[in-house]
Amino acid sequence: MQKFTVHTGVAMPLKHTNVDTDQIIPSKFLKRIGRTGFQDALFADLRGDDQFPLDRPEFTGASVLVAGADFGTGSSREHAVWALMDHGFKVVISPKFADIFRGNCGKAGLVAAKVSQDEVEEIWNAIDAEPGLQITVNLAEQTITCPGREYTFDIDNYVKWRLLEGLDDIDLTELAGADIEAFEAQRPHFLPTTVSR
Amino acid sequence: MGYTLAEKVWNSHIVRHEDGKPDLLYIDLHLVNEVTSPQAFEGLRLAGRSVRRPDLTLAMEDHNVPTIGIDKPIVDLTSRLQIQTLRENCAAFGINLFNMGSKDQGIVHVVGPQLGLTHPGMTIVCGDSHTSTHGAFGALAFGIGTSEAEHVLATQTLPLQPFKTMAVNIEGKLAAGVTSKDVILALIAQIGTGGGQGYVLEYRGEAIQEMSMEARMTVCNMSVEAGARAGLIAPDNKTIEYLRGKPHAPDEAEWASATQYWLSLASDLDAVYDAEVTLDAAQILPFVTWGTNPGQAVPISGHVPDPDEFSEERDRSAAKKSLAYMGLAAGTAMRDIPVDMVFLGSCTNGRIEDLRAAATVLEGQRIKDGLQMLVVPGSMQVKAQAEKEGLDRIFLDAGAEWRFAGCSMCLGMNPDQVPAGKRCVSTSNRNFEGRQGRGSMTHLVSPPVAAATAIRGTISTPADVVKTGTGH
Ligand code: SF4
Repeated sequence: MQKFTVHTGVAMPLKHTNVDTDQIIPSKFLKRIGRTGFQDALFADLRGDDQFPLDRPEFTGASVLVAGADFGTGSSREHAVWALMDHGFKVVISPKFADIFRGNCGKAGLVAAKVSQDEVEEIWNAIDAEPGLQITVNLAEQTITCPGREYTFDIDNYVKWRLLEGLDDIDLTELAGADIEAFEAQRPHFLPTTVSR
Repeated sequence: MGYTLAEKVWNSHIVRHEDGKPDLLYIDLHLVNEVTSPQAFEGLRLAGRSVRRPDLTLAMEDHNVPTIGIDKPIVDLTSRLQIQTLRENCAAFGINLFNMGSKDQGIVHVVGPQLGLTHPGMTIVCGDSHTSTHGAFGALAFGIGTSEAEHVLATQTLPLQPFKTMAVNIEGKLAAGVTSKDVILALIAQIGTGGGQGYVLEYRGEAIQEMSMEARMTVCNMSVEAGARAGLIAPDNKTIEYLRGKPHAPDEAEWASATQYWLSLASDLDAVYDAEVTLDAAQILPFVTWGTNPGQAVPISGHVPDPDEFSEERDRSAAKKSLAYMGLAAGTAMRDIPVDMVFLGSCTNGRIEDLRAAATVLEGQRIKDGLQMLVVPGSMQVKAQAEKEGLDRIFLDAGAEWRFAGCSMCLGMNPDQVPAGKRCVSTSNRNFEGRQGRGSMTHLVSPPVAAATAIRGTISTPADVVKTGTGH
């Protein structure tokens, strides 16, 4: 996983609430078995006319998504995060994320930055006034800088540390190998196994 | 201060606790499917890792398998590739896999309990958010993402932030004709699709105690639609009786200590929940969704709401968007909405009791001309049991289709899809835009309502069928 420190990029507004993972990536794309290459699947069912922000030239190469509340609800599919990242998004800003989605972001290296509803609307207004606007996200400081304004965002401390260090989950856990063995030694015998009986 | 059920399960699975970090939790059972696992295995392979506990891992072909012609090669190439990849991965990593069409195959959340793999007090995960189903046994069960699945495969543990707990009290008795599906739809309509966010819900109260294990599974299944990570119910004698004699239940020698432990898991009387919500069971009516999230629901006797009646702007605009997608006008009586298709199945309502409830309504009746009804048992065991009871004949005689087990039209990853512009009444758990196929319109209901709707061709309860005597 790549370390995340500071990122500056074009901000793209998505003025919908409750954008669930079926909308981020429709289920038909889940059949692929690779880990990358999902950029064409992103918001596939929402696209189709040139009004959708992803298809508007001023947002070409956008890397900061500014979305409405309850972003990432619904199915736990991690492909939603991959599709966003494959398309080039490094940060998603929203007033409220679904829990599983936010967890998936931290693991894959996508910054899920939580700000207030009013602040999201201010950022939308700033983008409307100047489409193609670049904004800067500083993870260590937890700040989002729009020209002329700075916002502080919320992110879980542990997730923040891992993103800053670019640490993989499994490496971290494997350090506790002895604890896992000790735990396994005292599990009750009546617990089931999946071996055929 | 005592502990809640969820806290007890959590605390008994902590492998490592460090302040300021997520707890490392041991996972008792990891369920794997063909859709969310390939990248997890690919990750293991890339890092040269193995599966730590294949004996605590079970794989299932369920999400994309066809439900007819399963003896022929899968037509859809990507589905075929996913199935083939799962088979190769399970063989390479030594994981027990149930192939489509085999005797124990089915939707993994239907199969786990029916084999006795789901015990009270366990931690259970799967790359599917409806893993919450297993909470009906007092297990802490929740959906995970693919890299979490890779983590569990490699270490049999998961680093997790503690959840908050919410007591959901369903006080009193349900009226006749009201099912557990109506209870959960009514709850979500009340607290909203974000109402459970950050919480593990614990369902309590007389109505819950009176439910069968299968009905409890329906409730826990949809906890995630209220935004919760998991939902659970304290183990009681019904839980114990359900597990007795199941293939993977504790054996005779361990039964006494196991059941004693299970019963000790109930929340302590002085346990404190972070939140609490109470519903009066007697007030709950058969429910149906009108919109594109499970919280947009009303009693079947109700009407499509007028978006302007919502007090929050957010709800107003969401309702407008939903109505536009659903092709519905405010004020329309739910009972007047004509339906093209009916889907009976899924991990929410694809168990034997669900099929029985629908068959009771359909017996001796015909489904409406031109309407298509799919009956997809949740597992091959459910299918076999239904055939033993002659339910398949009732469905077929009524004009419905009787299929093999799988997720099917719940998410339309196999050929069972609702065409664009068609309206489907479904016993599944999600009515999101495009969930059952691009442009599909979904109304979530209980199995008896699905059956009654199939007969009349408009959204109906079984009482409507009896009253009008139509459809023979
Ligand atoms: S039936 Fe639907 S909700 Fe259940 S596991 Fe399958 S796809 Fe998921």
